[in-house]
Amino acid sequence: MSTIRTFAFGGRAGLALIALFGIALPASADDDRNAPGPPLLPKYQQECASCHVAYPPGLLPAESWRRLMAGLPRHFGVDASLDAPTLGAISAWLAANAGTFKRVREAPPEDRITRSAWFVRKHDEVSATVWKRPTVKSPANCTACHAQADQGDFNEHRVRIPR
Amino acid sequence: MTCSDWIRYSMAALLAGAAWLPPAHGATAAELEAAYAAEAGAPANAARGQALFTTRHGREWSCSSCHGAVPTQAGSHAATGKAIAPLAPAFNAQRFVDAAKTEKWFRRNCNDVVGRECSAAEKADVLGWLRTLKP
Repeated sequence: MSTIRTFAFGGRAGLALIALFGIALPASADDDRNAPGPPLLPKYQQECASCHVAYPPGLLPAESWRRLMAGLPRHFGVDASLDAPTLGAISAWLAANAGTFKRVREAPPEDRITRSAWFVRKHDEVSATVWKRPTVKSPANCTACHAQADQGDFNEHRVRIPR
Repeated sequence: MTCSDWIRYSMAALLAGAAWLPPAHGATAAELEAAYAAEAGAPANAARGQALFTTRHGREWSCSSCHGAVPTQAGSHAATGKAIAPLAPAFNAQRFVDAAKTEKWFRRNCNDVVGRECSAAEKADVLGWLRTLKP
């Protein structure tokens, strides 16, 4: 297995099944690590993905999304405030689609996806200098290496780390 | 300021008295600028707009930090690195066509860059400068 284990199929078992049957089996009901996840709410895409990748809602628990949405005027140091109807619509959608899988159940420090234990583990072979490259800039910049991240595709086989 | 700009500004100033607002959709950068100028009671000053845009205001970022010094090309978000499409309306037909969206981004970005919301005069100035940028 290479640096970042496959996100979509949770490792060797899934890949072995694909190899055996030549098809990708649908995930079990409790495995919501699966990308791409639910279709993105257009408002979520429009408002949140102006500044960053439209992170799949299943990557954070409902508790984290609730806190983030309550603090948008100071969102990681940036004013991301929304009007009340938009805030309500996006909050409801995030609550309904938040992660419940065991790895996501616990809120990460600062409600940052990039500080979740699973995120740190999956990226543990990416050196600090790679993160600091101008072409990468931040662990929050998924598309730097996962070109199709904005479509919810984090498959490790399509990872290309830029120079 | 060209003759047609004066006409737009004067019309907007007249209409401002009747609580005129630019259309929510299908607005143009010229109309939005005229509305801000009318609200400010003075025409836009492009040089002042450029200065506001390109300099820092006692904080970490200027507008240029994300949009580039001359926002005729794509920029990149200073925190996340996400690409930002060109801001100057002559280089991006999606810019400044919606009054509410324009207001939302001025509110957010002025808070980040200046530490407060921008005045109508400042918004008119920035739009005035952006509209001078031509291919």
